[in-house]
Parts: sequence; C-alpha cells; structure tokens
Amino acid sequence: MNIPYTVEERPDSGLTNGKFGTWLFLASEVMLFGALFSTYIILRQGSVEWPHGELNIWLGMINTFILIGSSVTMVLSWANLKMGNFSRARMLLLITFILAGVFLVNKYFEYADHLRRGEGPWHSTFLAIYFTLTGLHGLHIIGGMVVMLYLLGPGAKMWVRNPAQYTGRVEYTGLYWHFVDLVWIFLFPILYLL
Amino acid sequence: MVGAVLFAGTVITVAANQVHLAVPLAITVALIIATIKGSFVASVFMHLSAERKWIYAALLLTAVGFLVLMTIPMFTVNDGIGTPIHAEAPAHAGGH
Repeated sequence: MNIPYTVEERPDSGLTNGKFGTWLFLASEVMLFGALFSTYIILRQGSVEWPHGELNIWLGMINTFILIGSSVTMVLSWANLKMGNFSRARMLLLITFILAGVFLVNKYFEYADHLRRGEGPWHSTFLAIYFTLTGLHGLHIIGGMVVMLYLLGPGAKMWVRNPAQYTGRVEYTGLYWHFVDLVWIFLFPILYLL
Repeated sequence: MVGAVLFAGTVITVAANQVHLAVPLAITVALIIATIKGSFVASVFMHLSAERKWIYAALLLTAVGFLVLMTIPMFTVNDGIGTPIHAEAPAHAGGH
C-alpha cells in the first residue's frame, strides 16, 4: 500500500504530509527549547550574581560560523536536487555532515576543558543550564547527522526510484537543520556573551 | 548572500560584546542581532517568506505558546508565595 501525499500536495492544505509533519515537529521543538530558555531566564533573574566570561567566545563564534556554513550547504544541496544535479547535491550534503561533525568536535574540546577543571553541571547554576541547553542542542546535531548519513548512504537509492520523494526528504531534513542552526543563533549570545 | 549577512551579524555581535556595553544595552543589542539573523534563516532558508497558510497557522499557535513560556518568569518575580507581606527585620541577631 502506498502512503498518500508523499510527493503530491494534499488538496486541502496544499502541503505534502512530510512537510506539514516536519513543521508540526518543529513546533514541538520550539516549545521544548522555549521551556529551557524560560528556565534560563528564571535562574538568571533569581541569581545574586551571574558569571561572565566563563566560556571561550572565540570557540563559540567559530561554531556559529560552522553551523551557518552548514545551513548554506544544506540549502544548496536541496537546490541542486531540484535542478537534477544529484552528485553535486550529495557532495554538499556530505560537507554539511562534516561541518556538523566539526561542530561536535569543538564542543567536545569545550566540554573536556570544563570537566578537566572540575566545572561540570554540578559546579554552578550557570554551568547546569549551560550543559543542559548545549547538551540538548548537541543531541539534535547528532540526530541530524544520523538522518544525513542515511540520506547519503542507503537512503540515496531513492533518487533513482523516486527523485521527487528523495528531494522532499532532503528538504525536510534541511528544515530541521536550519531550526538547529536557529536555536544556536540564540544560544550563542545568551550563554557566551551576556 | 544570506550566509554573508549571518556571518556579518555574528561578527557584529561579538564586536559589540568587546565594547563592554552596559548589561541591559548589551542584552538588547545581542538579542536584536540574533532576531535579525533568525529571521533571515526562517524566511529564506526555511522558505517562510512564501509558505502555505496551514504552516503559518501552526506557527502562530506555536508563537502564542512560546510567548506564554517567556511570560512565566515574570510571575515568579511578582509572586509572594512564602514571603511575609509585612516582613520585619529581626530585632537582633545572634541573641544567645
């Protein structure tokens, strides 16, 4: 049995099921991160003093550049699929995957530096919310990498069988990836700079 | 083009931080730049500048929920639970 509206748009909403489903998922993600941002505000307002300059701004800035760059390569990958250029799209998706990996490596060095100095989440309220927010964000990066790995590997066979559906899958992965980038755009200033 | 704007926005955010503005001003500047960058990502990369009304409706509902979440901290500041209304300073400390 074929699942309907994977490629063609629904007549009532004008959307494919995958696209609308992805947006509803992202809506739930906004609430998840929103709750943690709200927690951050409560903790910060309730603190007598808040540490400043605890984190490596330059490493955070490099990671911001990496994520922005990965968003650009992701959108270019989708655009190339739309133009029927599979090999180039696949290379751009691979670059996105590698950039995500570099982001995580940088994050590992940051975490390792803190933990070596005994500055784990138990150390202070600031570090508790820092590890919670960036840890959850990091899990989202890993989730995105798993999906990209599938699209680069076994999932790529779909391009031959059903190119429109494969292009749709890359588009939905891109929506998720841009959301992960969007969250970091707000995480970087509130954790590293303010 | 959008990528360049996002890169520039990040540099401006960090540069503004190096100037050591007053905390309220620094928070305002950083959040304004982050919002501009986020708007570019959402409108261009996520194609929200021209989407179907169902997605806008879902996002409107999300935005309302998000605003409620952001408003909750205000109640924690204003609540008086567990705080005496007319709390008086102790007459003396260490009286033993």
